[in-house]
Amino acid sequence: MSVPLIAVEHLTMRFGGLVAVDDVSFTARPREITAIIGPNGAGKTTVFNCITGFYKPTVGRLTLRGDKEYLLERMLGHEIGQRARVARTFQNIRLFPGMTALENLMVAQHNKLMRASGMSVFGLLGLKRFRIAEADAVEIARRWLERIDLVADADRPAGELPYGAQRRLEIARAMCTEPRLLCLDEPAAGLNPRESAELNNLLVSIRDEDGVGVLLIEHDMSVVMKISDHVVVLDYGRKIAEGAPAAVRDDPAVIQAYLGTDDEALDA
Amino acid sequence: MHARLPRMLKDSAITALVAAALGIFIVGFRTYDVGKGLTFDYQFVDLGIAVVTIFFGRLGLLLAASGLRWPAFLLGTVLGAIGASPLKLPSTFLHWFVVFAGVFIILRTIWPFIDEAAAKSQRSAAGASLKQAGAKWFGAALLLIAVVLPLTPFADQQTMDLAVLILTYVMLGWGLNIVVGLAGLLDLGYVAFYAVGAYSYALLSTQYGLGFWTVLPLAGMMAATFGLVLGFPVLRLRGDYLAIVTMGFGEIIRLVLLNWVDLTNGPAGIGSIPGPTLFGAVFAENAPAGRQTFAEMMGVPFNSNQRLIFLYYIILVLALVTNFFTQRVRRLPVGRAWEALREDETACKALGINPTNTKLTAFAVGAMFAGFAGSFFAAKQRFISPESFTFIESAIILAIVVLGGMGSQIGVVLAAVLLIGMPEWFRDLGAYRMVVFGLAMVLIMVFRPRGLVSHREPSLRLHPVHRRGSA
Amino acid sequence: MAYFSQQLINAITLGAIYGLIAIGYTMVYGIIGMINFAHGDIFMIGAFISLIGFLICAALGINSAPLAIVLVLLMAMAFTAVYGWAIERTAYRPLRGSFRLAPLISAIGVSILLENYVQLAQGARPKPGGGSIVTGGFTLFSSDGFDVRVTWLQIVIVVVTVVLMAGFTWLIASTSLGRRQRACEQDMKMASLLGVNVDRTISLTFVMGAALAAVAGMLFLMYYGVVDFFIGFLAGIKAFTAAVLGGIGSLPGAMLGGLAIGLIEVFWAGYFSSEYKDVAVFAILVLVLIFRPSGLLGKPEIEKV
Repeated sequence: MSVPLIAVEHLTMRFGGLVAVDDVSFTARPREITAIIGPNGAGKTTVFNCITGFYKPTVGRLTLRGDKEYLLERMLGHEIGQRARVARTFQNIRLFPGMTALENLMVAQHNKLMRASGMSVFGLLGLKRFRIAEADAVEIARRWLERIDLVADADRPAGELPYGAQRRLEIARAMCTEPRLLCLDEPAAGLNPRESAELNNLLVSIRDEDGVGVLLIEHDMSVVMKISDHVVVLDYGRKIAEGAPAAVRDDPAVIQAYLGTDDEALDA
Repeated sequence: MHARLPRMLKDSAITALVAAALGIFIVGFRTYDVGKGLTFDYQFVDLGIAVVTIFFGRLGLLLAASGLRWPAFLLGTVLGAIGASPLKLPSTFLHWFVVFAGVFIILRTIWPFIDEAAAKSQRSAAGASLKQAGAKWFGAALLLIAVVLPLTPFADQQTMDLAVLILTYVMLGWGLNIVVGLAGLLDLGYVAFYAVGAYSYALLSTQYGLGFWTVLPLAGMMAATFGLVLGFPVLRLRGDYLAIVTMGFGEIIRLVLLNWVDLTNGPAGIGSIPGPTLFGAVFAENAPAGRQTFAEMMGVPFNSNQRLIFLYYIILVLALVTNFFTQRVRRLPVGRAWEALREDETACKALGINPTNTKLTAFAVGAMFAGFAGSFFAAKQRFISPESFTFIESAIILAIVVLGGMGSQIGVVLAAVLLIGMPEWFRDLGAYRMVVFGLAMVLIMVFRPRGLVSHREPSLRLHPVHRRGSA
Repeated sequence: MAYFSQQLINAITLGAIYGLIAIGYTMVYGIIGMINFAHGDIFMIGAFISLIGFLICAALGINSAPLAIVLVLLMAMAFTAVYGWAIERTAYRPLRGSFRLAPLISAIGVSILLENYVQLAQGARPKPGGGSIVTGGFTLFSSDGFDVRVTWLQIVIVVVTVVLMAGFTWLIASTSLGRRQRACEQDMKMASLLGVNVDRTISLTFVMGAALAAVAGMLFLMYYGVVDFFIGFLAGIKAFTAAVLGGIGSLPGAMLGGLAIGLIEVFWAGYFSSEYKDVAVFAILVLVLIFRPSGLLGKPEIEKV
């Protein structure tokens, strides 16, 4: 078994009296897609928010292995993106709607470009060093726009793009931060079957070509079963199963808790 | 005649009734101070005329809205004519009030046509590229006018005074635009940094004899430092809280200026502040010992306008520097991060952008330009007191930014000319200026929340814009 | 000790007035999440209507103080409430769903408009009046040769405030209007789906806030005996500070915050310097927002992602 990319140990999150996540532990490996599934209110997004620093966990340890070990629960929200290199998307898309698709991807390369612009000083002076770095950044953005098929719409405000395009753009934006771990919160929500299939290809290419570990919250079982390497099942804030997709699908506890007694949805 | 007419009449009557209820005490009774107490008289006629005007005004708007254009147009014309006629209404204000009601109705009547025409020209490719080219040329033309203005025969003292005033507000607007327009931080205490700049120059020049050009960068740095110190604890706050806290800071600074008499001379202010010099030459009829006057240096006769023209070019350059800086920084990562923060702070955090630092830079940079403008103000006025730095100044600068269209540079210029220039040109409006001002802020938010110029040019493009058909 | 007690009595009186204004901020914030920047000026309008009301009472020969107070109180509440209603209807309602800062900017516009409208209609100079309607008082106790006095007016102010507070707490807790209001506070969309007339509920919130501000305006007028068009600015900020300090959105919090601000202001002026008393209040506002943005009695907000 290879070294995990992220290890979540005994994660517990309480809001007042409500226990949203209760002693959950799991790992996700690099170059793998790990899916977190579970019924509504199972605590999936809360786990994400703890990993990406939007919530401080009540108890637990979140270790990300990169060039060194990062203890995520001790880091500030933006440091997790900046130093541990965990990127995420949101359940309800959060692009910068007034800025163009290209600008969205440029903002994602902020920290790199800030260094290149010498905290803006070189940039203000228009030094060559910064101009080269900026051209590189534009090139990276252009390649991502090609991969998500939005080159033609590069200069349109992101908020004017169709829904499916916005979903893809948000993933591309997260990827432009050059993450080690990419956390996607229901990326297939609201997509039609064709868009959903395209998304699968994109995620697989992110895993295989870019070599990035993906953590995925998903309701769409067709996505989960087809592309994930590892599945974690949550119910009422607790982990009830973990394993390969096929094994999880046949786990009676999962069928009982997640689908009631009806397992039709899993066959979809 | 029209099925909805009774409803419209009823609606108008209710509006008039509400207006009557609003006005009955504040307008209907005017209080007078008579030595040992207050007395009052009635102004019910004025109130009555206003209420009747509101009734017909509302009716006209409703008619126009429901497609009865001709009756609405007629009503508007009649109201306009009554207002403009030599008919004796009790006050000039009422004349204006009635005229405006008429004009408003007429505008509302023809609005759909204007709107449609504008939309049509927008949609056509020629119209769009025309607009883009137009914006460019418009900016260039404005700049040209600004540069040659002092050389034209219009440049009498009054015009130049006004031009300097407008440019000061343009600069302040551009400075605040960085904070509000780009970074989306509603700063209601911007005038505090203006005050810091003004007092920096006033104190350093009168106490230590430093010159304008030495103090200018110092004043900017001083104001920026204030921005950092004040901003650090509060920039984590949510938008509307931030607004209130910055307003609180603005007031604190004003109160300190007012009460720290040892340093600032309190309400009496600081006087005889030296004006700026040009290569050591002063702008005055007689130079102090060891200096020469500008007139002597150039070998031309003294003219009091020289000083004003010099001041004009200083503020023009300062304003242009602000504009150039903003345009440039918008294309840098930090500028894009400002705009991204305005759009969605949470997403920024997820992308590893440090929101506090990014906001802080915007806040400090905005403060720095206010500091520059402040020391210019002190050098121009030669006298400053805390009275120049009240909340209303912050509100005016904010109104310029908002009216202009947040983030739009050319919009700020238009708004400054409109808000600062108009009231000066229409002296009649004088006392009503601030009423119109407040009303305008509300109306803009209701009808055009994106301001006069709502177009946003991307900071960079993947596909350069082609010149589509030079027709 | 005597000096302290005297300051305490003065502080409670002032705090009661701030508390009444603060309720308007808190209710509006609770229901639509906006800072009604113009609320201080509504208070000013209330004070002016009271001033004119007292003048009219005098002109009509109403000499009984309790009768005049009740008449003016009702009149000021009713007509100031119209201002609250009209402002919400014209300047805020069209902006629901507009961009985040739009209502706040609109509110600043309303504030400027109201101040200058009153200045135009009534003049810029401070207007004396209302100060001699309730006079006299009694000495509570004396020590160190210092008489601690309570005026009848102070008692009137505190009694009116307590009665109104009790009434409003009952209104919010036990009537259907209060239930509707709390429902809108929780979830406006859901409330409207369940048949609550959201527009009307919001309107009523503004009406109630304005009516309370009018009461504060009348008490202020009687306490200080003078008003001008600009009193709303400072009083508004102080009351807002009170609302934030108490926990914005919480009615008892507003009252508690008002009391706290009254105490801070009076004691600062009494023991340190009266020049910097407003600076002290602003500093409190900043400190509370930084270190305890949910205030004394408010619930902490959890950012929804």
